Amino acid sequence: MEQSLMDLWYGFSVALQPTNLMWCVFGVLIGNLIGVLPGMGAPTAISMLLPLTYVMAPVPGILMLAGIFYGSQYGGAIGAILLNLPSHPPHAVTCLDGYPLTRQGRGGAALGVTMMSSFFAASVGIVVMIFLSPLLVQLAVNFGPAEIFSIMLMGLMTGATMSRGSPLKGIAMTLFGLVVGVVGTDVTTSATRLTLGMAHLADGIELGALCMGLFGIADFMLCVNRTTIKPQDAKVSLRDMRPTRAEIKQSFFPMLRGTAIGTLFGALPGTGPTITTFISYALERKWSKNPERFGKGAIEGVAAPEAANHAKTQVDFIPTMSLGIPGDIVMALILGALIVKGIQPGPQLITEHPDIFWGLVASFWIGNILLVLLNVPLIGVWVKMLQVPYRLLFPSAIFFICIGVFTARNSLFGVGEVAAFGVIGLLLMVLDFPLAPIVLGYILGPMIEENFRRAMLLAHGDLNIFVDRPISATFLAACALLVLVQVGSYAKKLLETRAQSRIVVGAQT
Amino acid sequence: MTDIRGLNKERAGAGLIVLFGSAIAYAGHGYGVGTLEHMGSGFVPLSIGVALVVVGLLLGLAALLSPNDADGSPHMQHMNLSGLPDLRGGVCIVAGVMAFVVLGEHAGLVPATFASVFIAALGDRKNSVRDAALLAGVMVALALIVFSWALKVQMPAFGSL
Repeated sequence: MEQSLMDLWYGFSVALQPTNLMWCVFGVLIGNLIGVLPGMGAPTAISMLLPLTYVMAPVPGILMLAGIFYGSQYGGAIGAILLNLPSHPPHAVTCLDGYPLTRQGRGGAALGVTMMSSFFAASVGIVVMIFLSPLLVQLAVNFGPAEIFSIMLMGLMTGATMSRGSPLKGIAMTLFGLVVGVVGTDVTTSATRLTLGMAHLADGIELGALCMGLFGIADFMLCVNRTTIKPQDAKVSLRDMRPTRAEIKQSFFPMLRGTAIGTLFGALPGTGPTITTFISYALERKWSKNPERFGKGAIEGVAAPEAANHAKTQVDFIPTMSLGIPGDIVMALILGALIVKGIQPGPQLITEHPDIFWGLVASFWIGNILLVLLNVPLIGVWVKMLQVPYRLLFPSAIFFICIGVFTARNSLFGVGEVAAFGVIGLLLMVLDFPLAPIVLGYILGPMIEENFRRAMLLAHGDLNIFVDRPISATFLAACALLVLVQVGSYAKKLLETRAQSRIVVGAQT
Repeated sequence: MTDIRGLNKERAGAGLIVLFGSAIAYAGHGYGVGTLEHMGSGFVPLSIGVALVVVGLLLGLAALLSPNDADGSPHMQHMNLSGLPDLRGGVCIVAGVMAFVVLGEHAGLVPATFASVFIAALGDRKNSVRDAALLAGVMVALALIVFSWALKVQMPAFGSL
């Protein structure tokens, strides 16, 4: 307890160093800017700026990425409330009541409440992170390769089954990601694998190129000439941002409840932020004395899901930083950036690199305060940004993607990879496959292979090692349970729809 | 109508996964599998490939069982998109990126930037040639000031790499 507070103090001293603070501000600003733009969420924002971190020291690089992440999350809420544009799925539910509020002229107040609840929820999430992470680490110091393998397998499986739709498709995409991770030189035997005879591929596929292909180019190709996004006029002035006393009172308990739900679900693997926000919205409506107000501009309907979203994402950092299991795509990207810097994620991270961990924790607070400070004066700018038409937006983004990937390795080969993964990503999206598990598989794949190999060497090829060691067995059991439950409930749904369609067909004939 | 297309989509996806998995498994086999204690380079690719084939077959089974499950991915749903993407837009976007690769290699940053933005912008049917050229010009200026001059990107403004 006391130790954690001391460490936090140290974290603040790291995060407040001028260079680190500067990159944190930069990240928050850019994240906010990109998050506001229609059709671009946190994954796009982070992958576009990922190459920049390659030339930076690890601490400012990670602080910047984290800043982009929560900046873009906040930016997404602005688009959802002011223009009814959910540029990031978790904000879809914010639109339901946020946009009606805008039409009633209370959009500014909705933004103010969002800011308040996200700051509160993030703070709670950070506190949970401070006290829970060291406990997890104490548990994890004695982990051998077998345990690490099982934990990572569980991380993969949660990632695979977390997306909506068929969990089988999620697993298929995780496996595809593992294949992408295999490409290149095998570290142990130094044989080149799956390079298709291209010498450039011996270094492996580049993370930035993979992400920008999947989340940038593929998305542009999917949306071009077909988006229904229409920039509208929305005016918000500084004075509107302050919610009235009644509005604060109305949203106070929903904010607490949303935070509680977000924290709880953050600790549960396999629940994405979108589900969390929807659950908190549904519960809020259920508990409300007059539920008919929801959907017509109830401020509770903005406060609760936004709080849940921010608490959840904050708590998501716990397994990412203390065990090396990314909860979602953004966490996976942050882990990827650490690996590029030569830092192995896992239980040893907090003790070996306390500056990264505690600096990051402290920067969450600093970044969230910065967000509040930045957004009050800049709201007018964001509203203008929201009106940039898509036809000008995506060609400019393509240039930034090209030059960004080029600078990562000073090679144009990566830019070619972007085009290839754009086409692959588009094909997969058209076939209804989720893309996020690919990145998870790509990042965890090489670590899983290495730990599996090591565990097998130590156990002389005896697979029982994974079941004999209690912690490893627990994780494997949890993993199996997760897959069984997800696939089982999906199969049940399938059979039900089948039975229904039979009845329909029977009625027709 | 959509049911039939949804069904084809599901089957096509499953088939693609099975094919891809077999190819990976075959390649993995070629790298040498080794034993569990001393794994060869091909051990992991072979396992992934086999797993892909199994998952693909299960997907195919699911598609046969339930013809009505054309949920659509959440992303497609919330962006209100259905059906196939626009051909002109897609081709122009890929062509724009490839133009950057080719011109960046042989002609330099300025032509590469101009061509990539110009071609990609032409993919949007609402952009006129003049709009596209204007936007490309603005991006060239940005490339010169921010990337060439301020960030010293290792690509000459004109000339080959």
